[in-house]
Amino acid sequence: MTEPLTVLDPTAEATPGQRSLNPRPPGLDGLTIGLLDISKPRGDVFLDRLEEQLTTQGAMVRRYAKPTFTKPAPVDLRHEIATQCDAVIEALAD
Amino acid sequence: MYDRGWSDGLPLVPPTRERVLRMLEGTSRSGDEVVALMPPNLVDCTVEKVAVNSVMAGCLPEYLPVVLASLEAICTDDFNMHGVLATTMGVGPVLVVNGPIATRIGMNSGVNVLGHGNRANATIGRAVQLVVRNVGGGAPGGVDRATHGSMSKLGFCFAEDEAGSPWTTLAEDRGFDRSQDVVTAFCGEGPRILVDQKSRSAESLVRMLAEGLLASVSPRTVMGMDGLLVLSPEHMARFGDAGWDRPRFMEEIGKLLMVETDGILAGAGGIEEGLPEGLSGLTLPKFRPGGLLVVHAGGPAGLFSAIIGGWLNGPMGSEPTSREIIR
Repeated sequence: MTEPLTVLDPTAEATPGQRSLNPRPPGLDGLTIGLLDISKPRGDVFLDRLEEQLTTQGAMVRRYAKPTFTKPAPVDLRHEIATQCDAVIEALAD
Repeated sequence: MYDRGWSDGLPLVPPTRERVLRMLEGTSRSGDEVVALMPPNLVDCTVEKVAVNSVMAGCLPEYLPVVLASLEAICTDDFNMHGVLATTMGVGPVLVVNGPIATRIGMNSGVNVLGHGNRANATIGRAVQLVVRNVGGGAPGGVDRATHGSMSKLGFCFAEDEAGSPWTTLAEDRGFDRSQDVVTAFCGEGPRILVDQKSRSAESLVRMLAEGLLASVSPRTVMGMDGLLVLSPEHMARFGDAGWDRPRFMEEIGKLLMVETDGILAGAGGIEEGLPEGLSGLTLPKFRPGGLLVVHAGGPAGLFSAIIGGWLNGPMGSEPTSREIIR
Protein backbone atom coordinates (compact mmCIF):
# COMPACT_ATOMS: atom_id res chain seq x y z
CA MET A 1 0.00 0.00 0.00
CA THR A 2 1.34 3.41 -0.87
CA GLU A 3 0.86 6.28 1.53
CA PRO A 4 -1.97 8.65 0.54
CA LEU A 5 -0.64 11.87 -0.99
CA THR A 6 -1.48 15.01 0.96
CA VAL A 7 -1.57 18.23 -1.00
CA LEU A 8 -1.96 21.76 0.31
CA ASP A 9 -5.01 23.82 -0.61
CA PRO A 10 -4.20 26.40 -3.33
CA THR A 11 -7.42 28.34 -2.76
CA ALA A 12 -8.25 31.20 -0.41
CA GLU A 13 -10.04 28.69 1.85
CA ALA A 14 -12.84 31.19 2.24
CA THR A 15 -16.47 30.78 1.34
CA PRO A 16 -18.10 33.91 -0.03
CA GLY A 17 -20.98 35.16 2.10
CA GLN A 18 -24.28 34.06 0.62
CA ARG A 19 -27.01 36.66 0.38
CA SER A 20 -30.48 35.90 -0.89
CA LEU A 21 -32.15 38.10 -3.45
CA ASN A 22 -34.93 40.37 -2.27
CA PRO A 23 -38.36 38.95 -3.04
CA ARG A 24 -39.65 39.93 -6.47
CA PRO A 25 -41.96 42.96 -6.11
CA PRO A 26 -45.55 42.19 -7.07
CA GLY A 27 -45.75 45.33 -9.20
CA LEU A 28 -43.77 48.41 -10.17
CA ASP A 29 -46.26 51.11 -9.17
CA GLY A 30 -44.67 53.52 -6.71
CA LEU A 31 -41.31 51.72 -6.60
CA THR A 32 -38.00 53.42 -7.18
CA ILE A 33 -35.97 51.56 -9.79
CA GLY A 34 -32.28 52.30 -10.29
CA LEU A 35 -30.84 52.01 -13.78
CA LEU A 36 -27.09 51.50 -13.69
CA ASP A 37 -25.19 52.32 -16.86
CA ILE A 38 -21.82 50.58 -16.82
CA SER A 39 -20.59 53.19 -19.35
CA LYS A 40 -20.31 50.96 -22.39
CA PRO A 41 -21.24 52.40 -25.78
CA ARG A 42 -25.02 52.43 -26.37
CA GLY A 43 -25.85 51.25 -22.86
CA ASP A 44 -27.73 54.53 -22.50
CA VAL A 45 -29.89 53.72 -25.53
CA PHE A 46 -31.03 50.53 -23.85
CA LEU A 47 -31.60 52.25 -20.51
CA ASP A 48 -33.53 55.15 -22.08
CA ARG A 49 -35.99 52.63 -23.49
CA LEU A 50 -36.23 50.81 -20.15
CA GLU A 51 -36.89 54.12 -18.39
CA GLU A 52 -39.79 54.85 -20.76
CA GLN A 53 -41.29 51.42 -20.12
CA LEU A 54 -40.82 51.56 -16.35
CA THR A 55 -42.24 55.07 -16.06
CA THR A 56 -45.42 54.09 -17.91
CA GLN A 57 -45.87 51.32 -15.35
CA GLY A 58 -45.76 53.81 -12.51
CA ALA A 59 -42.17 53.35 -11.35
CA MET A 60 -39.88 56.18 -10.33
CA VAL A 61 -36.57 55.86 -12.13
CA ARG A 62 -33.17 57.01 -10.91
CA ARG A 63 -30.17 56.86 -13.25
CA TYR A 64 -26.62 55.95 -12.19
CA ALA A 65 -23.40 55.34 -14.09
CA LYS A 66 -20.11 53.65 -13.29
CA PRO A 67 -17.05 55.88 -13.93
CA THR A 68 -15.65 53.15 -16.22
CA PHE A 69 -16.91 49.77 -17.31
CA THR A 70 -13.47 48.26 -16.77
CA LYS A 71 -13.58 48.46 -12.98
CA PRO A 72 -16.10 47.34 -10.35
CA ALA A 73 -18.66 49.93 -9.26
CA PRO A 74 -17.22 52.05 -6.44
CA VAL A 75 -18.48 51.23 -2.94
CA ASP A 76 -20.12 54.66 -2.57
CA LEU A 77 -22.11 54.18 -5.75
CA ARG A 78 -23.30 50.74 -4.65
CA HIS A 79 -24.32 52.19 -1.29
CA GLU A 80 -26.16 55.06 -2.95
CA ILE A 81 -28.16 52.67 -5.14
CA ALA A 82 -28.92 50.33 -2.24
CA THR A 83 -30.24 53.12 -0.06
CA GLN A 84 -32.18 55.02 -2.74
CA CYS A 85 -33.80 52.23 -4.76
CA ASP A 86 -36.12 49.28 -4.32
CA ALA A 87 -34.57 47.42 -7.25
CA VAL A 88 -31.78 47.95 -9.76
CA ILE A 89 -31.29 47.04 -13.40
CA GLU A 90 -27.72 47.01 -14.69
CA ALA A 91 -27.11 47.54 -18.38
CA LEU A 92 -24.27 45.56 -19.84
CA ALA A 93 -23.21 46.57 -23.10
CA ASP A 94 -22.37 47.52 -26.67
CA MET B 1 -6.97 18.49 -8.60
CA TYR B 2 -8.55 19.03 -12.01
CA ASP B 3 -11.96 18.01 -10.68
CA ARG B 4 -11.61 20.52 -7.85
CA GLY B 5 -11.26 23.29 -10.40
CA TRP B 6 -7.63 24.08 -9.56
CA SER B 7 -6.20 23.58 -13.03
CA ASP B 8 -5.93 25.78 -16.10
CA GLY B 9 -6.50 22.63 -18.13
CA LEU B 10 -2.94 21.30 -18.00
CA PRO B 11 -1.63 18.74 -15.50
CA LEU B 12 -0.44 20.15 -12.17
CA VAL B 13 2.45 19.25 -9.88
CA PRO B 14 0.85 18.08 -6.59
CA PRO B 15 1.63 20.77 -3.98
CA THR B 16 2.85 18.51 -1.17
CA ARG B 17 4.02 20.01 2.10
CA GLU B 18 7.65 19.20 1.23
CA ARG B 19 7.46 20.84 -2.19
CA VAL B 20 5.77 23.95 -0.80
CA LEU B 21 8.38 24.28 1.94
CA ARG B 22 11.11 23.94 -0.65
CA MET B 23 9.40 26.57 -2.80
CA LEU B 24 9.28 28.97 0.16
CA GLU B 25 13.07 28.75 0.39
CA GLY B 26 13.11 30.77 -2.83
CA THR B 27 12.16 33.94 -0.98
CA SER B 28 13.28 35.69 2.18
CA ARG B 29 9.67 36.69 2.80
CA SER B 30 7.61 35.00 5.48
CA GLY B 31 4.96 32.51 4.37
CA ASP B 32 2.19 34.37 6.17
CA GLU B 33 3.06 37.74 4.69
CA VAL B 34 0.22 39.17 2.61
CA VAL B 35 1.37 39.85 -0.95
CA ALA B 36 -1.75 41.41 -2.39
CA LEU B 37 -5.48 41.77 -2.18
CA MET B 38 -6.40 39.27 -4.88
CA PRO B 39 -9.20 40.05 -7.31
CA PRO B 40 -11.88 39.26 -8.15
CA ASN B 41 -12.92 38.04 -4.68
CA LEU B 42 -10.60 40.56 -2.99
CA VAL B 43 -9.02 38.14 -0.54
CA ASP B 44 -5.69 38.49 1.21
CA CYS B 45 -3.16 36.39 -0.68
CA THR B 46 -0.19 35.17 1.36
CA VAL B 47 3.29 34.19 0.21
CA GLU B 48 2.40 30.60 1.17
CA LYS B 49 -0.61 30.50 -1.14
CA VAL B 50 1.56 31.85 -3.95
CA ALA B 51 4.11 29.11 -3.18
CA VAL B 52 1.41 26.40 -3.34
CA ASN B 53 0.25 27.61 -6.75
CA SER B 54 3.84 28.04 -7.95
CA VAL B 55 4.54 24.39 -7.13
CA MET B 56 1.44 23.41 -9.07
CA ALA B 57 2.56 25.50 -12.05
CA GLY B 58 5.94 23.74 -12.13
CA CYS B 59 8.09 26.63 -10.88
CA LEU B 60 11.50 26.18 -9.27
CA PRO B 61 11.99 27.99 -5.93
CA GLU B 62 14.25 30.61 -7.52
CA TYR B 63 11.32 31.74 -9.70
CA LEU B 64 9.14 32.58 -6.70
CA PRO B 65 10.35 36.19 -6.25
CA VAL B 66 9.36 36.92 -9.86
CA VAL B 67 5.90 35.43 -9.29
CA LEU B 68 5.50 37.52 -6.11
CA ALA B 69 6.57 40.77 -7.78
CA SER B 70 4.31 40.05 -10.75
CA LEU B 71 1.32 39.62 -8.44
CA GLU B 72 2.19 42.84 -6.63
CA ALA B 73 2.24 44.60 -10.01
CA ILE B 74 -1.09 43.29 -11.30
CA CYS B 75 -3.04 43.60 -8.03
CA THR B 76 -3.00 47.39 -8.10
CA ASP B 77 -5.69 49.86 -9.01
CA ASP B 78 -3.38 50.99 -11.84
CA PHE B 79 -3.08 47.58 -13.48
CA ASN B 80 -6.68 46.67 -12.63
CA MET B 81 -6.46 42.88 -12.70
CA HIS B 82 -10.17 42.60 -11.98
CA GLY B 83 -11.05 44.36 -15.22
CA VAL B 84 -8.31 42.59 -17.18
CA LEU B 85 -9.74 39.28 -16.03
CA ALA B 86 -13.38 40.16 -16.60
CA THR B 87 -13.18 41.83 -19.99
CA THR B 88 -14.54 40.13 -23.08
CA MET B 89 -11.28 41.08 -24.86
CA GLY B 90 -8.63 38.36 -24.93
CA VAL B 91 -6.03 40.05 -22.79
CA GLY B 92 -3.99 39.10 -19.76
CA PRO B 93 -0.86 40.21 -17.94
CA VAL B 94 2.16 40.05 -20.25
CA LEU B 95 5.18 39.95 -17.93
CA VAL B 96 8.56 41.29 -19.10
CA VAL B 97 11.52 40.56 -16.84
CA ASN B 98 14.60 42.78 -16.75
CA GLY B 99 17.78 42.61 -14.70
CA PRO B 100 20.38 40.02 -13.71
CA ILE B 101 17.73 37.64 -12.32
CA ALA B 102 16.62 36.72 -15.82
CA THR B 103 19.96 35.08 -16.60
CA ARG B 104 20.37 33.72 -13.08
CA ILE B 105 17.15 31.73 -13.22
CA GLY B 106 17.64 30.72 -16.83
CA MET B 107 14.92 32.73 -18.51
CA ASN B 108 14.72 32.79 -22.27
CA SER B 109 15.15 36.04 -24.17
CA GLY B 110 16.29 34.42 -27.42
CA VAL B 111 15.09 31.71 -29.79
CA ASN B 112 11.34 31.10 -29.44
CA VAL B 113 11.18 33.74 -26.70
CA LEU B 114 7.41 34.13 -26.86
CA GLY B 115 6.85 30.42 -27.39
CA HIS B 116 7.53 27.20 -25.58
CA GLY B 117 10.53 25.34 -24.27
CA ASN B 118 11.76 27.32 -21.28
CA ARG B 119 10.68 26.33 -17.79
CA ALA B 120 10.97 29.77 -16.18
CA ASN B 121 9.13 31.61 -18.96
CA ALA B 122 6.40 28.98 -19.08
CA THR B 123 5.78 28.48 -15.39
CA ILE B 124 6.11 32.00 -13.93
CA GLY B 125 3.25 33.34 -16.03
CA ARG B 126 1.27 30.18 -15.37
CA ALA B 127 1.76 30.48 -11.60
CA VAL B 128 0.49 34.06 -11.65
CA GLN B 129 -2.65 32.98 -13.48
CA LEU B 130 -3.20 30.02 -11.15
CA VAL B 131 -3.09 32.37 -8.16
CA VAL B 132 -5.71 34.61 -9.78
CA ARG B 133 -7.82 31.53 -10.48
CA ASN B 134 -7.43 29.67 -7.20
CA VAL B 135 -6.91 32.40 -4.61
CA GLY B 136 -8.81 35.20 -6.34
CA GLY B 137 -11.58 32.99 -7.65
CA GLY B 138 -11.29 34.20 -11.24
CA ALA B 139 -12.05 31.39 -13.64
CA PRO B 140 -13.27 31.33 -17.25
CA GLY B 141 -17.05 31.38 -17.42
CA GLY B 142 -17.20 32.98 -13.97
CA VAL B 143 -15.80 36.49 -13.66
CA ASP B 144 -13.54 35.79 -16.68
CA ARG B 145 -15.81 36.57 -19.64
CA ALA B 146 -13.29 36.60 -22.50
CA THR B 147 -14.85 36.02 -25.90
CA HIS B 148 -11.79 34.26 -27.31
CA GLY B 149 -9.14 34.49 -24.63
CA SER B 150 -5.49 34.19 -25.59
CA MET B 151 -2.21 32.70 -24.46
CA SER B 152 -1.73 35.69 -22.18
CA LYS B 153 -4.48 34.19 -20.01
CA LEU B 154 -2.58 30.92 -19.68
CA GLY B 155 0.66 32.65 -18.74
CA PHE B 156 2.80 34.99 -20.80
CA CYS B 157 6.24 35.82 -19.42
CA PHE B 158 9.59 36.46 -21.05
CA ALA B 159 12.87 38.26 -20.52
CA GLU B 160 14.32 41.14 -22.52
CA ASP B 161 17.59 40.41 -24.33
CA GLU B 162 19.62 43.10 -22.62
CA ALA B 163 23.14 41.92 -23.43
CA GLY B 164 22.49 41.92 -27.17
CA SER B 165 20.77 45.28 -27.29
CA PRO B 166 22.41 48.60 -28.15
CA TRP B 167 19.58 50.35 -26.29
CA THR B 168 18.61 51.00 -22.73
CA THR B 169 16.25 48.37 -21.37
CA LEU B 170 12.52 48.60 -20.86
CA ALA B 171 13.07 48.80 -17.10
CA GLU B 172 15.61 51.61 -17.50
CA ASP B 173 13.13 53.42 -19.71
CA ARG B 174 10.66 53.11 -16.84
CA GLY B 175 13.01 54.65 -14.28
CA PHE B 176 14.88 51.65 -12.89
CA ASP B 177 18.59 50.99 -12.73
CA ARG B 178 20.11 48.31 -14.96
CA SER B 179 21.30 46.40 -11.91
CA GLN B 180 17.79 46.09 -10.51
CA ASP B 181 15.60 43.06 -11.11
CA VAL B 182 12.27 44.31 -12.41
CA VAL B 183 9.08 42.85 -13.80
CA THR B 184 6.77 44.94 -15.94
CA ALA B 185 3.18 43.86 -16.38
CA PHE B 186 1.50 44.94 -19.60
CA CYS B 187 -2.11 44.13 -20.29
CA GLY B 188 -1.94 42.49 -23.70
CA GLU B 189 -3.19 39.90 -26.11
CA GLY B 190 -1.14 37.27 -27.95
CA PRO B 191 1.72 38.32 -30.23
CA ARG B 192 1.31 39.03 -33.92
CA ILE B 193 4.33 38.76 -36.16
CA LEU B 194 5.17 41.68 -38.43
CA VAL B 195 7.33 40.72 -41.40
CA ASP B 196 9.88 43.04 -42.97
CA GLN B 197 12.61 41.13 -44.76
CA LYS B 198 13.62 43.82 -47.18
CA SER B 199 14.38 46.97 -45.21
CA ARG B 200 18.08 47.65 -45.02
CA SER B 201 17.83 51.10 -43.48
CA ALA B 202 16.43 52.33 -40.18
CA GLU B 203 14.31 54.84 -42.10
CA SER B 204 12.57 52.10 -44.07
CA LEU B 205 12.10 49.67 -41.21
CA VAL B 206 10.64 52.26 -38.87
CA ARG B 207 8.02 53.06 -41.50
CA MET B 208 7.10 49.39 -41.84
CA LEU B 209 6.86 48.94 -38.08
CA ALA B 210 4.63 52.00 -37.81
CA GLU B 211 2.37 50.69 -40.55
CA GLY B 212 1.95 47.44 -38.65
CA LEU B 213 1.40 49.17 -35.33
CA LEU B 214 -1.34 51.37 -36.78
CA ALA B 215 -3.51 48.25 -37.05
CA SER B 216 -2.85 47.18 -33.45
CA VAL B 217 -6.15 46.16 -31.81
CA SER B 218 -8.05 48.00 -34.55
CA PRO B 219 -7.00 50.48 -37.24
CA ARG B 220 -9.76 52.70 -35.83
CA THR B 221 -8.43 53.12 -32.31
CA VAL B 222 -6.27 56.08 -31.37
CA MET B 223 -4.75 56.84 -27.96
CA GLY B 224 -7.10 54.51 -26.09
CA MET B 225 -5.09 51.29 -26.35
CA ASP B 226 -1.39 50.75 -25.64
CA GLY B 227 0.99 48.49 -27.55
CA LEU B 228 4.08 46.39 -26.86
CA LEU B 229 6.59 46.00 -29.67
CA VAL B 230 9.13 43.17 -29.41
CA LEU B 231 12.01 44.01 -31.75
CA SER B 232 14.01 41.03 -32.97
CA PRO B 233 17.81 41.19 -32.96
CA GLU B 234 17.98 41.44 -36.76
CA HIS B 235 15.48 44.29 -36.79
CA MET B 236 17.25 45.95 -33.88
CA ALA B 237 20.52 45.76 -35.83
CA ARG B 238 19.06 48.13 -38.45
CA PHE B 239 18.63 50.76 -35.77
CA GLY B 240 21.87 49.96 -33.97
CA ASP B 241 23.85 50.17 -37.23
CA ALA B 242 22.27 53.55 -37.99
CA GLY B 243 23.18 54.86 -34.55
CA TRP B 244 19.58 55.21 -33.43
CA ASP B 245 19.13 54.94 -29.69
CA ARG B 246 15.81 54.38 -27.94
CA PRO B 247 14.83 58.10 -27.75
CA ARG B 248 15.63 58.58 -31.46
CA PHE B 249 13.56 55.54 -32.40
CA MET B 250 10.63 56.68 -30.27
CA GLU B 251 10.80 60.15 -31.81
CA GLU B 252 10.88 58.83 -35.37
CA ILE B 253 8.16 56.23 -34.94
CA GLY B 254 6.04 58.74 -33.03
CA LYS B 255 5.99 61.00 -36.11
CA LEU B 256 4.83 58.07 -38.24
CA LEU B 257 2.10 57.00 -35.85
CA MET B 258 0.02 60.14 -36.33
CA VAL B 259 -3.45 59.42 -37.68
CA GLU B 260 -5.77 61.74 -39.57
CA THR B 261 -9.09 61.16 -37.91
CA ASP B 262 -11.21 61.81 -41.01
CA GLY B 263 -10.19 58.41 -42.33
CA ILE B 264 -11.30 56.54 -39.22
CA LEU B 265 -14.55 58.30 -38.33
CA ALA B 266 -17.64 56.16 -37.87
CA GLY B 267 -19.02 55.62 -41.36
CA ALA B 268 -15.77 56.38 -43.20
CA GLY B 269 -15.10 53.82 -45.91
CA GLY B 270 -18.52 52.26 -45.35
CA ILE B 271 -17.56 51.01 -41.87
CA GLU B 272 -19.90 51.92 -39.01
CA GLU B 273 -17.19 51.50 -36.35
CA GLY B 274 -15.02 54.55 -35.76
CA LEU B 275 -14.49 57.81 -33.97
CA PRO B 276 -17.42 60.16 -33.33
CA GLU B 277 -18.04 62.97 -35.80
CA GLY B 278 -16.90 65.51 -33.19
CA LEU B 279 -13.32 64.33 -33.66
CA SER B 280 -13.20 65.08 -37.39
CA GLY B 281 -10.41 67.15 -38.90
CA LEU B 282 -7.82 66.19 -36.28
CA THR B 283 -4.46 64.47 -36.40
CA LEU B 284 -4.01 62.25 -33.34
CA PRO B 285 -1.31 59.83 -32.20
CA LYS B 286 -2.06 56.10 -32.41
CA PHE B 287 -0.60 55.71 -28.92
CA ARG B 288 -0.88 58.12 -26.01
CA PRO B 289 2.47 59.47 -24.68
CA GLY B 290 4.22 56.46 -23.12
CA GLY B 291 1.63 54.10 -24.58
CA LEU B 292 4.07 52.25 -26.83
CA LEU B 293 6.46 49.96 -24.96
CA VAL B 294 9.45 48.56 -26.85
CA VAL B 295 11.64 45.61 -25.85
CA HIS B 296 14.39 43.64 -27.56
CA ALA B 297 14.04 39.87 -27.67
CA GLY B 298 14.04 36.91 -30.02
CA GLY B 299 16.32 34.53 -31.87
CA PRO B 300 19.35 35.75 -33.81
CA ALA B 301 17.86 35.04 -37.23
CA GLY B 302 14.57 36.35 -38.56
CA LEU B 303 13.60 39.72 -39.95
CA PHE B 304 10.39 39.89 -37.99
CA SER B 305 9.19 41.72 -34.94
CA ALA B 306 6.17 40.99 -32.77
CA ILE B 307 3.33 43.31 -31.87
CA ILE B 308 1.32 42.68 -28.72
CA GLY B 309 -1.86 44.72 -28.74
CA GLY B 310 -3.08 46.22 -25.49
CA TRP B 311 -6.38 47.03 -23.88
CA LEU B 312 -8.04 50.20 -22.65
CA ASN B 313 -5.34 52.24 -20.99
CA GLY B 314 -4.88 54.62 -18.09
CA PRO B 315 -7.45 55.23 -15.34
CA MET B 316 -10.18 53.94 -17.66
CA GLY B 317 -8.51 50.54 -18.02
CA SER B 318 -5.02 49.25 -17.27
CA GLU B 319 -1.70 51.02 -16.77
CA PRO B 320 1.57 49.17 -17.49
CA THR B 321 3.00 48.54 -14.03
CA SER B 322 6.57 47.72 -12.97
CA ARG B 323 7.77 46.29 -9.67
CA GLU B 324 11.24 45.56 -8.38
CA ILE B 325 11.80 41.85 -7.75
CA ILE B 326 12.95 41.34 -4.17
CA ARG B 327 14.49 38.06 -3.08
